[in-house]
Amino acid sequence: MAEKIEKTNIESIKVAKHSQLRDIIHRFAKNKAAVLGFVIIVIFVICALFPAQIAGTGYKVQDLKNRYQPSSSEHILGTDELGRDMFTRIVWGSRTSLSIGMLAILMACVLGVTIGTIAGYYGNTVDNILMRIIDVLMAVPNVLLGISIVAALGNSTNVLVLAIGLGSMPAFARVTRSAVIMVRDMEYIEAARATGASDARIMWKYILPNSLAPIIVQVSMGLATSILTISGLSFIGLGVPAPTPEWGSMLSSGRAVIRDYPHIILYPGIAIMLSVFAFNLFGDGLRDALDPRLKS
Amino acid sequence: MLRFIGRRLLMLIPVMLGVVLLVFSMMYFSPGNPEDYILGDMATAEDKAAFREEHGLNDPFLVQYVHYLVNALHGDLGTSYTTKLPVLGEILDRFPTTFKLAVFSTVIAVVIGVATGVISAVKQYSIWDNISRFVAIIGVSMPTFWEGLMLIILFSVILPWLPSSGFTTWRHWILPAVTIGTHSASSIMRMTRSSMLESIRQDYIRTAMAKGQKYSVVIWKHAFRNATIPVMTIIGLQFGRMLGGSAITEIVFSIPGLGNLIVNAIKVKNAPLVQGGILFMAVAMSLCNLLVDVLYAYVDPRIRSQYVSLKARKKSTTEANEVKEIA
Repeated sequence: MAEKIEKTNIESIKVAKHSQLRDIIHRFAKNKAAVLGFVIIVIFVICALFPAQIAGTGYKVQDLKNRYQPSSSEHILGTDELGRDMFTRIVWGSRTSLSIGMLAILMACVLGVTIGTIAGYYGNTVDNILMRIIDVLMAVPNVLLGISIVAALGNSTNVLVLAIGLGSMPAFARVTRSAVIMVRDMEYIEAARATGASDARIMWKYILPNSLAPIIVQVSMGLATSILTISGLSFIGLGVPAPTPEWGSMLSSGRAVIRDYPHIILYPGIAIMLSVFAFNLFGDGLRDALDPRLKS
Repeated sequence: MLRFIGRRLLMLIPVMLGVVLLVFSMMYFSPGNPEDYILGDMATAEDKAAFREEHGLNDPFLVQYVHYLVNALHGDLGTSYTTKLPVLGEILDRFPTTFKLAVFSTVIAVVIGVATGVISAVKQYSIWDNISRFVAIIGVSMPTFWEGLMLIILFSVILPWLPSSGFTTWRHWILPAVTIGTHSASSIMRMTRSSMLESIRQDYIRTAMAKGQKYSVVIWKHAFRNATIPVMTIIGLQFGRMLGGSAITEIVFSIPGLGNLIVNAIKVKNAPLVQGGILFMAVAMSLCNLLVDVLYAYVDPRIRSQYVSLKARKKSTTEANEVKEIA
């Protein structure tokens, strides 16, 4: 009898105990808007990974006899000012936007999280100095910072990554800093210090994992903003050099003819909006799933 | 209060020195010489040398930087390479346009954003709430220049009601102001909603309802007044951003504003104008943030009383900063 009771107890404990990750996924899956965002992101990622299989490789092929064609069975979304197929260029454009955005956010995340953690952990003078540097970057409007970096160093993918990464970095530093300040005085940090852990170990092993949630959310939100900035820079001719297909530069070349051929700016704009929309929904959903206390 | 403002103004100085250093070094170390862009292909080597000498471009980096700072402190931001006019004058020439556009857009943004945000919060999870939240996310996801172009197609091409470029009569203002305004209305709506939801759940709202207060009075006088601080913060941030960041919208609508001026200056490496313009925008944005912090005290008596002791003052600024970080 006693054995039986013990056994059921263990079973009930097993039922109650499941991983935090499963909880998060469960909460996320219940949020319809977030799942919609996730699905759209997956579609864009597939487009970015396999553009050739989806739309063929003809994004550079010009057909000057068939410029500005409206949608047809041959060209689903019509053709642009050089007779290039719009659908192919939009699919290939997702590779440009996503890869630049992801690299820029990776850079912003690594730099910003390092600065934010150090500033939040040490506080006082270190915090003051690092945060003033961040203030300097925040005082310059993002688009203008991007424009001046690209204008200074020239149009190329690497420069764009640098420009957008540098502009997105302050948000990461500030988000990380406030998350670190929240956990820095917790008992378990004190316990770790009492066992003789070094500062670096405490930051990496105890503080960062416990301040991860807002950083992950910031990644999604940052991707949304960086896609907007990339397209904005390309729109004024300071983005990815031609003929690489990019949504913003497609918009820019269609701008001169909007009165006669509005479809040329309609579709690339929808692509930008959908991808940004998806990352925003995904980020909102992640925030609610990672930290239910923050749910409004 | 005055001490608080003074301290905040002093804190601006290192940040502004940093902004100048950042922009200055970017223009200095970038490849390509301004004289090649400004003087054109036909300029002789002597012309170019004279140009460099005239603008002190042969001096070492630090000398140029300090020289610039000393002049800037005297209100002299240098002369534009292209027009040979004082930079400050060119900026002040263009600034009213950008400022007007920002004010006009903010009015639109606040009216739409606050109204929908409050209704959304009061009727949480209703159809109205779901629709306006959805529209708000779409609003922040649209690139402003694309929204502008779509508005041009709709209201100046398909329906020829409004002009699509320039900034002379009030009819010219509508499309750009709506473009920028709706974009920031989305952020204001989201902040208003979450802040209202928080204040609606407070005990004093239940008390006000229980004593039989009129519903609209409870919402606007009790709930909304207590929800204004985060909303004001985001409005201030948005306004600051409009002063500095609506360059691309200005280009779309061919508005002769500050952003447009700076973008053109960057393209031809007109360094004095770029440095001056970005410095001017950074100062404007920071003053805007400071103004919002000062306004808190007028809206919220709790914050006003905190200005009394030094310790309490520190607390209020960190709280305000936290709200800003969340925003």
